[in-house]
Amino acid sequence: MTSTANVRTDPGSRSGAAVAEQARSLVGAAELNNTALRRYLHGLPGVDQVGADARAAMLGTRSIKTTAKAWAIDTAISMIDLTTLEGADTPGKVRSLVAKAKTPDPSDPACPKPAAVCVYPDLVPEALTAIGDAGINVASVATAFPAGRASRQVRLADTRDAVAAGAHEVDMVIDRGAFLAGDYLKVYEDIVAVREACQSVTGDQRPAHLKVILETGELATYDNVRRASWLAMLAGADFIKTSTGKVSPAATLPVTVVMLEAVRDFLAATGAHVGVKPAGGIRTSKDAIKYLVAVNEVAGQDWLTPDLFRFGASSLLNDVLLQRQKLATGAYSGPDYVTID
Amino acid sequence: MSRVDVRKTYKLFIGGKFPRSESGRTYPAASRRGKFQANVAQASRKDARDAVRAARAAQPGWAGATAYNRGQVLYRVAEMLEERRDQFASQVRAGEGVSSKRAEDLVSAAIDRWVWYAGWSDKVAQVGGNANPVAGPFFNISTPEPTGVVAVIAPQKSSLLGLVSVLAPVIVTGNTAVVLASADRPLPAVTLSEVLATSDVPGGVVNVLTGHTAEVAPHLATHADVNAIDVSGAVGAEGVTWGELEEAAAETLKRVRRPLTDEEPDYANEQSLSQILAFTEVKTVWHPKGA
Amino acid sequence: MTAFDYAPAPESPSVVDIASSYGLFINGEFTDAASGESLKTINPATEENLAEVAVAGEADVERAVRAARTAYERTWGPMPGSERAKYLFRIARLLAERSREFAVLEVLDNGKPIREARDVDIPQAAAHFFYYAGWADKLDYAGRGAAPRPHGVAAQVIPWNFPLLMLSWKIAPALAAGNTVVLKPAETTPLTALLFADLLQQAELPPGVVNIITGAGRTGADLIAHPDVDKVAFTGSTKVGKLIARQVAGTHKHATLELGGKAANIIFDDAPVDQAIEGIVNGIYFNAGQVCCAGSRLLVQESIADEVIDRLKARLSTLRVGDPMDKNTDVGAVNSAAQLKRITDLAEAGDAEGAVRWSAPWDLPTKGYWFPPTIFTQVASAHRIAREEIFGPVLSVLTFRTPDEAVAKANNTPYGLSAGVWTEKGSRILAMADKIRAGVVWANTFNKFDPTSPFGGYKESGYGREGGRHGLLPYLIEGGTQ
Repeated sequence: MTSTANVRTDPGSRSGAAVAEQARSLVGAAELNNTALRRYLHGLPGVDQVGADARAAMLGTRSIKTTAKAWAIDTAISMIDLTTLEGADTPGKVRSLVAKAKTPDPSDPACPKPAAVCVYPDLVPEALTAIGDAGINVASVATAFPAGRASRQVRLADTRDAVAAGAHEVDMVIDRGAFLAGDYLKVYEDIVAVREACQSVTGDQRPAHLKVILETGELATYDNVRRASWLAMLAGADFIKTSTGKVSPAATLPVTVVMLEAVRDFLAATGAHVGVKPAGGIRTSKDAIKYLVAVNEVAGQDWLTPDLFRFGASSLLNDVLLQRQKLATGAYSGPDYVTID
Repeated sequence: MSRVDVRKTYKLFIGGKFPRSESGRTYPAASRRGKFQANVAQASRKDARDAVRAARAAQPGWAGATAYNRGQVLYRVAEMLEERRDQFASQVRAGEGVSSKRAEDLVSAAIDRWVWYAGWSDKVAQVGGNANPVAGPFFNISTPEPTGVVAVIAPQKSSLLGLVSVLAPVIVTGNTAVVLASADRPLPAVTLSEVLATSDVPGGVVNVLTGHTAEVAPHLATHADVNAIDVSGAVGAEGVTWGELEEAAAETLKRVRRPLTDEEPDYANEQSLSQILAFTEVKTVWHPKGA
Repeated sequence: MTAFDYAPAPESPSVVDIASSYGLFINGEFTDAASGESLKTINPATEENLAEVAVAGEADVERAVRAARTAYERTWGPMPGSERAKYLFRIARLLAERSREFAVLEVLDNGKPIREARDVDIPQAAAHFFYYAGWADKLDYAGRGAAPRPHGVAAQVIPWNFPLLMLSWKIAPALAAGNTVVLKPAETTPLTALLFADLLQQAELPPGVVNIITGAGRTGADLIAHPDVDKVAFTGSTKVGKLIARQVAGTHKHATLELGGKAANIIFDDAPVDQAIEGIVNGIYFNAGQVCCAGSRLLVQESIADEVIDRLKARLSTLRVGDPMDKNTDVGAVNSAAQLKRITDLAEAGDAEGAVRWSAPWDLPTKGYWFPPTIFTQVASAHRIAREEIFGPVLSVLTFRTPDEAVAKANNTPYGLSAGVWTEKGSRILAMADKIRAGVVWANTFNKFDPTSPFGGYKESGYGREGGRHGLLPYLIEGGTQ
């Protein structure tokens, strides 16, 4: 549980066989099945909801000022997956989003850029073209996002499309229905299959990083969030992500704290770092800083990097930019001084 | 020629048994008119120690019984008291120097009092406890629990009604008691012991010592394994005041029930819930409410 | 990527004006002490002098008690409960309005972190007055018979660990019940009580209803000994509590005593472990462990002891120790040199008896009274650090194997104030709560307080309850037959 500054092991770099071997070893079963997974996941320590909420609330009282605030704001910007996931998305909208990512604050070239833009699979080519060599990743949702209610075949086809189009990162949804029905093996096998699809690349294309969306708003309890986090990590997730943004509640600080505890404990158990991405509902600079405080104090400073922590957000960026301008000039800024995408 | 009666040896009541004082001492108990009644055991500090040990041993079991069960057990005691009412009346008449009619009234009142307290066993927690609506997502409830082992200095004058009035409220909640009987009027206390021994009250729940208040009571007041002491009965006792006993009890922070006046009260009116609650501890339990 | 170093975020002290000297608040006014004596109160985090406060002598105690008696007989006693209630509501509102001022002053005088004073002490104090305000005209429903009566003059002596909060625990129920008050704050933390006197003037509380006299132990003893005092309430050490119990023995005075503790915080192997860690930390490092109900004995099931201790150490390493005025400080200063010495001595006894000491490498300030959050492992029930109240940020860790052993160890103390139980098994919680001899049992939580919730101990932790309906009863004499 101690966060260490040692060299990170990237889960995505391991073979499927290695991941499966590790899962069997952690679960303590020669073969993974629902009985073994259930025993393991239900053997994890419970999460007391009131205590977890209280811990998050306490972290939310941290007062981050001056130099720490400046650092936190720039770090937060660099962790954003700037997102558009609408039925009405068009190539023009995506180009506009990418432009915003490339130049978050036209008045300050030193302003850091978001880590990635996040779009639907069919818009990945558009995003890639617009980004060019700007050094911003393209993340694509896949697996019949957001409900995930499709056959594995369709979900995998969706993933392969995104990867084939060149997505650097894939944000998949788990089958919440299967999870809530106790069919943990189905969820596990889904993730393993999607992970394989992410790694089936040719030429010099790098395997896509896999973010696994738990849709915590539908899992409802923190016990479920903890179990789903571990299930995703067992299956080889690079990131665990709270939400699609299409279900309320989306990301909350206590849910994120529970997930940060999970990745911290997974590191202690396996030596591997898994990232965390709260998504949806984080709209203000103040909120973002609370999440960074939680990252710092729960998982540890190892996680204070876009490699291991992301914000899935759209309107957040402009609020952070307003705060950034305020810090630079000392005067409060206004919405007409930041650009819309 | 009239028959020579067979007299009883009056003993202590400790842990459900009737031992003599370990000191081997007795003292004569006389009627109000000065007529010899019986030699009663003169308890020593070691007898007090043994009684506390018996009371402590019996306490978890008695407190752990269901309130319904304690109520039934205590009600059974009232049945037995009723059966022995003539014996009690004769001892009260002789010891307190009252008329037969008055003695019978006092016995009736004592039995009725016992019944009144017995009925409280499964109501005390309801009336003396409550839920607390704390400002947060917590279940929170306060309930009165027995304080543990209680020393009871029985009233000096009211040898049965007074005794019942201070003993019943102590044990109804699950405390166990060490009773020091009225020094000069001990016989109803010994008879009560015999009632308790033949009822369903577990041994050690009530222990009865006879002897000199000034000799024994201070040892009960200072005993570290006694949680509370009712010193109200020490009003009028020879050689020791309730204040001295309270002071002695301070070293171990015992709960002390004091007399309200410097005179022994008329026990006809000494019946209250607060007397039960005086020997309880309010325990408050918190638990989060979350899914 | 550089570390996320929180920049200093100090609360401004300018929100509160501290006078250079303070008199005694008697009969609605600040007056000089007839004794002519005074004592200094300092900031324990910096050792800077804050103010001089008067020391009340016997003549001053006499004046204060007389003022309280007069107010009891002429104004407060005859006043309808509904009118008393409105004064208490006023006080609650004024406390909320001036909460920042009180919080800052509490931090300066006590050394606790501003986060605690701001989020716990002051809001809880205001809430206490608000709660008891509503009782003032409902005393018939308190469970003390019909038309219960107040005692008269209440002498109240409070400790330095929660100065204003303990003041509210004492004054609010006393006034609601219709008593008048002479209160003595602790020698090292008198300032918020004196600011409270200023607040009472704003509330236009009738003179003499509350009198606040400052001083050390001698003043408190004089006050409690005063023959015209009817009710005594004390929060503090068991040692002093016993003296008070002896002092009031044989008199008409009734005492409420809230004394020491050595609470067991019991962690079963099926506990919600992350929340249990928070509960352990909150249990012993809240207010630097200077809490009578602190969870100072950690009883952890042997099967998970190593894991819990490892997690605890990792968590402790994230605690922020230092400037109490910094909004991000988790653990502040120890209140006094004397208390620091006691903590230091007992910790050394722990070393000497063979327990293993651990604390994270904090940079503690050079000035002021500081003790790092500390864990002792391999502690046995026989060790002094497992038996004596340390009243500091020092946790003694013991292990157990079965529920019965946990109960036996938890109860193996002359104290009985509080306890914690952590397990996800509901029936075990209820069984444990039944068997633990303590006035407050926190199950899957710790150190929670609320005006509606009674607080107080078994055995040598004292008697009487504060808070809730039960906290009203010690201030009332039973009314008509129930």
